[in-house]
Amino acid sequence: MKNLVSMRDLAAKDIIKLLALAESLEKDPTQIDLSRRVMAAIFYEASTRTRMSFESAMKRLGGEVIGMLGTSGTSVEKGETLSDTARIMARYSDIIVMRHPLEGAARYVAEQVDIPVVNAGDGANQHPTQSLLDLYTIKKAQGSLENLKLALIGDLKYGRTVHSLAYALAPFNPEFYFVSPKSLGMPSHILNDLKEMGVKFQEKIKLGKIVDEVDIMYVTRIQRERFPDREEYEKVKNAYIISADLLKGAKDNMKVMHPLPRVNEITTDVDTTKYAYYFDQAENGVYMRQAILSTLLGEAE
Amino acid sequence: MKVLKVDPIKNGTVIDHIPAGRVQRVLAILKPRASDVVMMGMNFSSKAMRRKDIIKIEGRELTQNEVNSIALIAPDAKVSIIRNFAVAQKSKVEIPELIEGLVACSNPKCITNAEPMLTRFKLINASKRELACQYCERVFTADEMDHI
Repeated sequence: MKNLVSMRDLAAKDIIKLLALAESLEKDPTQIDLSRRVMAAIFYEASTRTRMSFESAMKRLGGEVIGMLGTSGTSVEKGETLSDTARIMARYSDIIVMRHPLEGAARYVAEQVDIPVVNAGDGANQHPTQSLLDLYTIKKAQGSLENLKLALIGDLKYGRTVHSLAYALAPFNPEFYFVSPKSLGMPSHILNDLKEMGVKFQEKIKLGKIVDEVDIMYVTRIQRERFPDREEYEKVKNAYIISADLLKGAKDNMKVMHPLPRVNEITTDVDTTKYAYYFDQAENGVYMRQAILSTLLGEAE
Repeated sequence: MKVLKVDPIKNGTVIDHIPAGRVQRVLAILKPRASDVVMMGMNFSSKAMRRKDIIKIEGRELTQNEVNSIALIAPDAKVSIIRNFAVAQKSKVEIPELIEGLVACSNPKCITNAEPMLTRFKLINASKRELACQYCERVFTADEMDHI
């Protein structure tokens, strides 16, 4: 594994290795030493969690971080191409972590530089480190990735995290409920792919009894700007709010996940229930990113 | 007696069975040199296609690579290499597995439309003529795409 650009590049054995390494790093972070290694974080778009999670991962393994957040005041504003920026960053660092609004940007940079590149989000395309940390979180919560029942809830049309999660879990015999307003359903090309892979799924408008059946509820935010008209948004905006009350009949080991930031789609009274798992999920991001950085820097077994 | 609407050529290439109306796009891809003698026929009647376009290039033999580059817009084209007024070689066009720098990505948010770089597509379904952008990972059919 030279780069981490897209989940499509990963074989099942790569994923299993990363999951195992994240688990072992969570137990003992001292086993890997990235001191004197420099990670360049090139973020063309605002990001708090992903960037800080990467920084924390690198620093806790003894590494250093340089970087830019947003393009104001940088050479990019002067009209520098992405290729030039990346090639120069490659002279300053040992690994590049990048987020860019255009799709395919990370693939392009990976072709331009000799050091490893990690895609931390390229527009609506891929966000593989999120997918991997989600897998790690699900495995940790349920003990296995096999034969789980999951509800993916909210904006399933534009949410790239739910798209890649659906693909990432496909080999593990999952059963999905896709719960969303009609206009924000799972794209048909993804449904077709899943069908071809033999994945069981149902599309639902309402949560209803699903809450009591599933092992994981993966909640995403419905953004107002996705709706052509305000009225339609007002109609659905409260339909997918997860509250402690709603979870009363849920399975004992059911966990609620969310890529964060949340706004009001999970009420704060859920936080103190045994179902809340989104903060653990965020923490797991550090372990998974440690596993990814160590692997790409050639420090993992 | 068969009437030839276009003069036969002595040496060169004939591209037949181009879908009617696409001859100019085919020429745009082949980029004939300023000195090339080119004959262009439009809307000839055809048994198989009803109407077809045709191109004859005098004095130039197209390579298989050049021939394949027109496959996306003229998938059924037949290419004949002519030597001394006789057909020396006949071939069909074939969409290459990897298509580089030939068509633009139809996704406006694809990096290939922003950086000075070549596009790259993989053929994922030859009969449906579906191509996957190797950068933004989206899939398009050839008809949705513009040649560069």
